[in-house]
Amino acid sequence: MLEELGTNDQGDMIINVGPQHPSTHGVLHLVITLHGETVKKVEPHLGYIHRSIEKMSESLSYRQFSYVTSRMDYLSSHINNHACALAVEKGLQLEIPGRAQYIRVILDELTRIASHQLWWGALAMDLGAFTPFFYSFREREMINEVMEETCGARLTMNYIVPGGVMFDLHPDFQKKVKIFLAEFKSKIHEYNELVTGNIIFQNRTKGVGYISKENAISYGMTGPSGRGSGFKCDVRKLHPYELYDQLKFEEITEEGGDAFARYMVRIREMEQSMNIIEQLIDNIPEGDFQAKTKAVLKLPKGDFYSRVETARGELGVYIVSEGGTTPYRIKYRSPGFSNLSALNDLAVGGKLGDLMATMGTLDLVIPDIDR
Amino acid sequence: MFLKEYFKTVYQTISSLLTGMRLTGYYFTHTKEIITQQYPETKPVLADRFRGEVIMPHNETNEHRCTGCTACELACPNGTIKIVTKNEINAEGKKKKAIDTFVYRLELCTMCNLCVQACPSDAIIMSNAFEHSVYDRRLLTKVLNKPGSKIMEGVE
Repeated sequence: MLEELGTNDQGDMIINVGPQHPSTHGVLHLVITLHGETVKKVEPHLGYIHRSIEKMSESLSYRQFSYVTSRMDYLSSHINNHACALAVEKGLQLEIPGRAQYIRVILDELTRIASHQLWWGALAMDLGAFTPFFYSFREREMINEVMEETCGARLTMNYIVPGGVMFDLHPDFQKKVKIFLAEFKSKIHEYNELVTGNIIFQNRTKGVGYISKENAISYGMTGPSGRGSGFKCDVRKLHPYELYDQLKFEEITEEGGDAFARYMVRIREMEQSMNIIEQLIDNIPEGDFQAKTKAVLKLPKGDFYSRVETARGELGVYIVSEGGTTPYRIKYRSPGFSNLSALNDLAVGGKLGDLMATMGTLDLVIPDIDR
Repeated sequence: MFLKEYFKTVYQTISSLLTGMRLTGYYFTHTKEIITQQYPETKPVLADRFRGEVIMPHNETNEHRCTGCTACELACPNGTIKIVTKNEINAEGKKKKAIDTFVYRLELCTMCNLCVQACPSDAIIMSNAFEHSVYDRRLLTKVLNKPGSKIMEGVE
């Protein structure tokens, strides 16, 4: 009876991974068709953490709707709030004070580092190494403390608001960020010693989960996952927002297209983010941290689109306004959803055990996929 | 040729594993660099801005600054705040609006700070308290103004 249920007419086994599986980092449900141990088909089933954020935002005002986006991709909540603020500012045609722009970019990059650190620890844990998880959380804690002091929260900040940022920087901010940069620079070699150079890790990721550049583009893979296949898709370079056109940084791409290439993109991206913060941290201008806005924001009739580079790829926020205080329709183009769509292509032909490495290097955050 | 490759792989494997183990061994012997906090025994030091819950500060004579303008109620995205107002007759015999109860439902609150930003008279602030667990859900619905409290002089 059980055999009949779990097999199809060609004798392939069908198994469920998730929705409660430790390596999916959330409620992702994959229905996998296996021939022996070889993956023949991967079918993601979504909807377990759907909160209808887009519909909910239609009844929230332009000040209120961005706090929900912290709960989409919770590891880059700052950057999500940033995208919402940019779209609203586009509608209001607001000029943002220089100080607010500096604060926003620094915090964005800190968020990116924190997100990659957590991903690094979680990936190593998926592949069977438990210790790196603690090493990554040790450094991430320093960023969290900076966030807690300045923004008042550790994960769901709601700090970037239309017009600027919610509070001014904490007096200790610059000092603490510099301590973190010095500390992390001396610690990043530990990441490479522990995991990157490890022969077990290399054997489990090299040549696993390959996707060509053409396929990556056609699936719309963005962020480090797309750049691991050589697809130049960094929004910070292609469509610079805030200060990114004045900054010197490299767009990291790797040609490998496999799990190891995507891994290396993220490791090297952390160094670039530190580079960006170093350029800004000493030159934060004095002045207002928030532009003068009305108590009730009203966007003119029309549609407004903004795109940012989150830690996972390109996030687009599309607002359709009818001239009222609430949006008529909001659409989020989330990076996780597009990256997940390529999973079938990545995993087919590989072994079931390799699926964890493939999924881990896509860096999926499930609430971002489902919204 | 095959043997040479084989031994090379074995050497690489052992050396890469030892590199990782050396780091683990370093922290195993340097216990002072471990930063784990034993939470319930040692309480964490939280930043001033840390958002734990909304409170309404009262002064020594049991007065608050809330005028009952419901700006926070409108700013809240979740319907966390409900203000019930009443008409009070002041010393000059005029009718004046004042708050009866300021209901705050902690279980709905997401600590987004929008109510505190919206308040024109700084009547509510975010406190550092974060240990909110209770045995009964009803205990999470709080009334923020203390019994018998009234509005501070000079707050309009």
